Amino acid sequence: MGCYSLDVRNLLCPMPVIRTQNRIVELNAGDILEVRCTDPGALQDIPAWCRINGHEVLRNDIENGEVVVIVRVGSAESAR
Amino acid sequence: MTVTTQTRRAVALISGGLDSLLAARLMLDQGIHVEGLNFYTGFCVEGHTHAIRERRRTKPQRNNALWVAEQLGIRLHLVEVVEEYKTIVINPKHGYGAHLNPCLDCKGFMVGKARAWMEAHGFDFIVTGEVIGQRPNSQRRDALPVVARESGALDRLLRPLCAKLLAPTLPEREGWVDRERLLALNGRNRKPQIALAESYGFRDYAQPAGGCCFLTDANYSSRLSDLWATRGEKQYDLDDIMLLKVGRHLRPRPNFKLIVGREEGENRYLSGYRRQFVHMEATSHHGPLALIDGDAADDDIELAARLTARFGQGRNADKVTIQVTDPQRGTRQIEVTPIPADEIPLNWYL
Ligand code: SF4
Repeated sequence: MGCYSLDVRNLLCPMPVIRTQNRIVELNAGDILEVRCTDPGALQDIPAWCRINGHEVLRNDIENGEVVVIVRVGSAESAR
Repeated sequence: MTVTTQTRRAVALISGGLDSLLAARLMLDQGIHVEGLNFYTGFCVEGHTHAIRERRRTKPQRNNALWVAEQLGIRLHLVEVVEEYKTIVINPKHGYGAHLNPCLDCKGFMVGKARAWMEAHGFDFIVTGEVIGQRPNSQRRDALPVVARESGALDRLLRPLCAKLLAPTLPEREGWVDRERLLALNGRNRKPQIALAESYGFRDYAQPAGGCCFLTDANYSSRLSDLWATRGEKQYDLDDIMLLKVGRHLRPRPNFKLIVGREEGENRYLSGYRRQFVHMEATSHHGPLALIDGDAADDDIELAARLTARFGQGRNADKVTIQVTDPQRGTRQIEVTPIPADEIPLNWYL
């Protein structure tokens, strides 16, 4: 299991969620990905994408003006 | 003997609007496994306007395509096509619609991408929410076969909302879907879709609008035309087309354009471009951030500063101090008289 981070600050939605998706498909089930972004839309969009695609959101809030989302990657089937 | 029936799999184009929601739902009703594809071209209305326009923050921010997928309980794959899509916008084989919207080429492109995805993932057919005659150009009866042909999807392209008005496709002929349970919607009347949504209990879906992207917007298209005309070539990058969505755009002289934030959300967004553009804002009064796009000489800068002062709280003051920053040459302050509103010709506004 690995921990990874993704910096998508200054990108506007839907790019943060697209980049998150593209990173997650490269990871393995159980891996943790921390995403940092500045578009507040990501607060809704990344968790919505995770719910649909079977990944678990461990954290989703704003820290120092930046959106921080931490995702535990779901099974290979759900991450397809 | 056990008879196993294979679950057929369809990839549905999900725009976030009502039609693609209903088309995918009709497939789920028939036991088809459906996954969604949503394309990001850079011109999409979805998403960024929330971040840019402060006043929209009172509304819930959501990506409608994700919302649709969640309502349907299907997976949604987001596909960024910004680079590839340029050829469609810059040089559409079938031309533009009422504005710079290349809808027919765009549909062919997206269905073509869906076909490639279908083949790569072992899916059986493609579903779209198209309705004959709903849109003037891309959904004319004679346009639909063009999309099927040019995308290479051929008879693996099923439009459940109007399938009964079209020749049976492979999924219908093979009995993967029951043609009798598909629809025969036609024309611009949206009442049948609204009634169907009601019967499924879908509420709060994105309201049917003129189009799925900024290219159907007259104002946006004229800004894009101006960009191409002043650059002398039909090219753009993502920053260009994003900036066309933000602020007031004024072109007082051919060599430069001024982009002025209209509210805090836009000022914040424009401030992300401060390292790339000469920019200015009032220091003596509250006012917007303005970027200069183009090569501006000193007298152009003064005119830009007078305009910037015009859109701030110092608009009626005798003098306003404007801080001008050139990322290469540093910052300076100039004092200007705000330009009176009636001295701004309407044709400066893009
Ligand atoms: S409105 Fe825009 S996204 Fe929709 S079909 Fe036309 S060009 Fe494509």
